[in-house]
Amino acid sequence: MNSGIVSYGAYIPFYRIDPESIGRQWGRNGADVGKALGVKMKSVPAQDEDAATMAVEASRCALKRAGIHPQDIGAIFVGSESHPYAVKPTATIVGEALEATPGLMAADMEFACKAGTAGMQNSMGLVMSKMVKYALAIGTDTAQGAPGNALEYTAAAGAAAFIIGLENTIATINHTVSFTTDTPDFWRRGGMKYPSHGGRFTGQPAYFRHVVSCGKELFSLAGTAPEDYQFAVFHQPNSKFPSKAGKMLGFSQQQLSEGLIVKEIGNTYSAASMIGLASVLDNANPGDRILLVSYGSGAGADGFDITVTPGIETFRKGINKTIREWISNYQLVDYGTYAKNLKKYKMEGE
Amino acid sequence: MTIPRFWREIPIRYNLMGSKCPLCGTVFFPPKEICKICRRVSIDQMIHEKLSGRGTILTHTTVHEAPTDFESQVPYYLAIIELDEGPSVLGQIADCTNGDLAIGKRVHSVFRRVSEDGVSGTIHYGYKFVLDHSR
Ligand SMILES: [Zn+2]
Repeated sequence: MNSGIVSYGAYIPFYRIDPESIGRQWGRNGADVGKALGVKMKSVPAQDEDAATMAVEASRCALKRAGIHPQDIGAIFVGSESHPYAVKPTATIVGEALEATPGLMAADMEFACKAGTAGMQNSMGLVMSKMVKYALAIGTDTAQGAPGNALEYTAAAGAAAFIIGLENTIATINHTVSFTTDTPDFWRRGGMKYPSHGGRFTGQPAYFRHVVSCGKELFSLAGTAPEDYQFAVFHQPNSKFPSKAGKMLGFSQQQLSEGLIVKEIGNTYSAASMIGLASVLDNANPGDRILLVSYGSGAGADGFDITVTPGIETFRKGINKTIREWISNYQLVDYGTYAKNLKKYKMEGE
Repeated sequence: MTIPRFWREIPIRYNLMGSKCPLCGTVFFPPKEICKICRRVSIDQMIHEKLSGRGTILTHTTVHEAPTDFESQVPYYLAIIELDEGPSVLGQIADCTNGDLAIGKRVHSVFRRVSEDGVSGTIHYGYKFVLDHSR
C-alpha cells in the first residue's frame, strides 16, 4: 500500500528585503542582480524567529487542518541547515510544542536544502512498515549568506510541514527515488558562521546533474513522461535553475509556475521545494499528478511522483491561509534591520 | 532563569496550559492548584485546561528601556490580553509597530524565542501574540 500526504502547513516570516537594498550596501546594482537571479525579494525572519519557531508554526497548521491528534504522530523529522542548537535536537522542541511527546521518535535531518524531503522519505518508510501511524516531516531554515556574498540576495527563511500516513490522504506518493554523489558544491565547516560555495561549480555538475538525473530516474520508475504531470516542482535557489532543469526534463513553464515561489520569497533552503509543493496542493484538483525533485548540496536530489486524491476537496475547506496569501502579506525592511534580525552584528561580550 | 524552572514551565510557555476549576468553571492562567473562588473544596480537583491563545487587547504599552536580555528588541510592545477563556495575560506583541496596536484588537498566540541564557546557554521559547488581521 502506498503512503501519502495527509496534511501540510507552511510558515513564511512577515519581513522582506529587496535586492536593491542589499546591493546598495555593497556598492552593487542590486536590481540587476535580482533580475539576473529572478528574485524580487526574500523573506527575513523577525529577531525572535528561528528554524524551531517556524517549524512549530508550520506543523501546528498541518495538524489543525487535518484534525490529527498530536499523540498519533509517531515520528518527527526536522530538516534544516540552521538548527538553533549545534547539539540539542530541534525535533524535541517541535515535539513538545505540538504535544506529541513523549511516545515519539524524533530526529534532526541534515542534507543542505533537501533535509526536509529526506524526512519525507524516512516518514514514508516508517508509515508503510506500520511502525508509526503518522510521521511529520519538516523543512525549515533561516538561511544565511556571508555579508556581501552573492548568496545574500537569495538566502531566505521559511518552513513547511508534511504529515505522512496511509489513510485519509490528500495526495498519494506513488514513487520516490534519490540520486546521491560526493560533490563539494556548497558546504559549511563546524564553527563557521557562513557557508562557502564552489562558484560556477554549483551549476552543471551539482544542481543540474542531480536534479535532472533524479527526474529521469523517476520517469523510468513510474513509467511516466513530462506530459503526464500537471505540475512540476524543483528546488529553487533562484528562478533560473528550476526553470532550466524543468526545460531539460521536458516540462513547460506552465507546469512549473504554480510551484515557483522563489521570485517572491527567495530561497528558503530546506523549505524551498516543500513550500513549492504546498503552493501546488493549494491549487491542485483530484487526479492531478505532481513531480517534485528537491536538491541538497553535497550533493543529492530526492524525487517524488505524487497523485492528488479526491480527499483534497474537503481538506481544502480547512485551509485558512494559502501560500499565495502568506506571500502577499509582508513588510519591507532595510539592510540594518535585516542584519540585526539575522544576528550579523557581533555584540558586546560575544 | 534556571534550567529546572524553565523546564517545569514548558507546558505553560509552549502551549498556554492553564487550569480549570470543575466546580465553578473558572479558568486560570498560569495554572493554579486551588480555585480562588471555591477555595478549599477545589483542592485536588483542578483540571488541566489548554487555552486557545485567542484574545483581545485590554491595554498596551511600548517598551523603550528594557532589561539587559531584551535590549536588542527595543522598542517592543507589551499588552495585557483578555483570553477568550477568561484569564488575562501579559504578553509581547510581535511583528507590529506602535501604530498597529489598539485596545479591543483581536490577537492570537504564536511560538517565538522569548529570551536566551547568553550566547552559550539555553534558548527560552514560548508564547507571544500577533494581531489577527496583520498575520
Ligand atoms: Zn471554582
